[in-house]
Amino acid sequence: MAQVFHKSANTIAKASIALAVILAGLSFYVVTQLARSSYLTGTYLERQQPVQFSHKHHVGDDGIDCRYCHTTVETTASAGMPSTQTCMNCHSQIWADSPYLEIVRASYRENKPIEWERVHDLPEYVYFNHSIHVNKGIGCSSCHGDVANMPAVYQVNTLQMEWCLSCHRNPEEFVRPKEEIYNTAWVNNLTPEEKKKLKEEYKIRPAEMLTSCSTCHR
Amino acid sequence: MLRSSFLLISALLIFTSACRYDMQDQPKYKPYKKSEFFADGRASRDLPAGVVPRGFLRDDKSFFTGKKEGVTNVQVQTTTDASGNTVVTSFPDAIEEFPIPVTKELIDRGQERYNIYCIVCHGPTGNGDGMIVRRGFVRPPTYHDDRLRNAPVGHFYDVITNGWGRMNGYAEKIQPADRWAIVAYIRALQYSQNPNGMKPLVISENKVAKNVEKGGNR
Ligand code: HEC
Ligand code: HEC
Ligand code: HEC
Ligand code: HEC
Ligand code: HEC
Ligand code: HEC
Repeated sequence: MAQVFHKSANTIAKASIALAVILAGLSFYVVTQLARSSYLTGTYLERQQPVQFSHKHHVGDDGIDCRYCHTTVETTASAGMPSTQTCMNCHSQIWADSPYLEIVRASYRENKPIEWERVHDLPEYVYFNHSIHVNKGIGCSSCHGDVANMPAVYQVNTLQMEWCLSCHRNPEEFVRPKEEIYNTAWVNNLTPEEKKKLKEEYKIRPAEMLTSCSTCHR
Repeated sequence: MLRSSFLLISALLIFTSACRYDMQDQPKYKPYKKSEFFADGRASRDLPAGVVPRGFLRDDKSFFTGKKEGVTNVQVQTTTDASGNTVVTSFPDAIEEFPIPVTKELIDRGQERYNIYCIVCHGPTGNGDGMIVRRGFVRPPTYHDDRLRNAPVGHFYDVITNGWGRMNGYAEKIQPADRWAIVAYIRALQYSQNPNGMKPLVISENKVAKNVEKGGNR
């Protein structure tokens, strides 16, 4: 009986096994990278907001503290968004006739809130709380980046579980002194001893507690 | 057989991915979430008129309003300043004494709060040359003239709570205990600029610290 397969079939068979493994590995890699990509996590995406509000002007140039507008960030889970009245504290006089601010004035006149587009949005099965982070030495810029220099806010971190955990496993790498929490341009050049000392001062709990599932899924 | 069941399982797997959106956007309200139910679209509701939440009775008039008990029919004195504005010079219904003990912690807290909410207009020393004033906001009066040096503490508290002329009130953002802390810090600023010309500060030793849980805080 004549041979059905040519001799080269051996090589092809071996190569195709290798290729299948490589392809499977590659597609796994592509999927994991895609899941972390800015396309799927919304990182670095600027949203179209109803008002062209600029943190760079208000915080970077004018030096307004985050808490002037995000008033509840130290006390509650939500950072709090400024009421229209907050804008009018200044814009009743500054840029009072500017067309950029017509939506703000209309909102004030008609007593209707401005509808900002959410930039950061965790799935609702995750529990997040601003106050504990801010009071235990995690500054805004550790999670939100240098907001004071952003004309429009964008997300600089993926907000995925692995990102939260990367800090919850060793928070001492991120803690900072109390006076620097709201300074979004802060650069971390603390020595390892200072980091350890800060971690103790803030009484941060051990990693086992911070990474247990029920910390964030409750 | 094996192949068809494999196909079937793959096909079914496609549907499982749809479930996560129920969990991501759950039918519960979180702060600032949009509501389909209420006519104005806001999930965060105002309290119905007349409701007093537990702990918010606010029965201590001097602490919560800065006004004296039982002063009605108030007649104020006014003068006209250099630029032709009417200026109030007497504050008959405002309390003269701090209703809480003035401690170093209170003044430090006041400094922190002042630097968040007031510094943008009133400037670091209270001269009225803050950043927003330099950008075109009307210039507030300096804290360092005889009128405001002699003004009772209750007047400052009232300005923070209800606003004054072209300045809006900050009651929404600053809790009563913090308002008193700011007033204490303003007094400290006034001393720092004019150590000899001030009336001695009335520090009421017999006052008890407010239990913030019981209506002082929120
Ligand atoms: C003058 C008021 C004001 C100040 C001061 C201010 N913000 Fe904001 N912030 C806003 C407004 C209005 C929005 C909504 C519009 C937008 O997203 O740009 C916002 C949005 C944000 C968001 C995005 C929220 C989302 O939708 O996920 C972040 C993060 C943020 N601010 C952080 C900060 C930080 C950090 C500071 C201090 C360095 C700060 N803000 C100071 C008014 C302010
Ligand atoms: C403490 C004072 C203050 C508050 C509060 C404030 N602004 Fe402004 N805003 C300014 C000043 C000052 C400017 C002029 C910008 C400059 O020249 O730096 C400005 C400019 C603007 C502009 C013009 C475009 C730009 O960025 O130059 C917009 C739009 C604006 N503000 C929106 C808002 C909104 C919306 C809010 C409420 C969330 C708000 N502002 C709250 C002080 C304030
Ligand atoms: C540990 C990380 C972390 C820190 C630190 C942090 N944020 Fe956030 N912030 C988040 C996350 C995550 C969200 C999205 C929350 C959600 O979707 O429920 C968010 C949302 C916000 C929002 C949108 C409104 C809201 O509360 O959902 C604002 C405004 C904001 N942050 C401001 C701030 C400011 C100002 C600071 C500093 C005082 C700060 N954040 C510090 C992680 C952080
Ligand atoms: C840069 C560091 C950092 C990041 C990023 C971070 N956290 Fe935290 N988180 C902390 C620290 C520090 C604490 C305080 C731990 C303590 O109290 O001992 C904390 C505490 C918490 C708590 C309170 C735990 C409790 O038992 O009360 C929750 C919930 C939480 N984090 C959720 C999150 C979520 C969700 C994310 C991601 C979106 C996140 N954190 C990202 C540093 C971080
Ligand atoms: C520090 C906070 C934190 C802790 C601790 C944590 N998670 Fe998560 N988890 C998150 C966040 C944030 C997300 C949302 C990720 C996203 O949006 O992609 C998430 C998502 C998930 C998801 C859904 C993933 C998806 O894409 O649908 C599962 C399942 C999950 N977590 C399981 C766990 C388990 C099991 C544990 C304990 C071993 C745990 N988590 C501990 C923050 C946490
Ligand atoms: C947006 C700018 C702005 C901010 C922020 C601001 N003020 Fe004022 N303030 C003014 C202006 C303008 C006046 C003058 C009002 C008038 O006479 O029409 C004033 C007046 C005052 C006066 C004098 C009242 C009198 O008897 O003449 C006091 C006291 C005062 N402010 C305290 C404060 C305190 C405390 C804060 C912080 C909680 C604060 N202000 C925040 C603009 C501001």
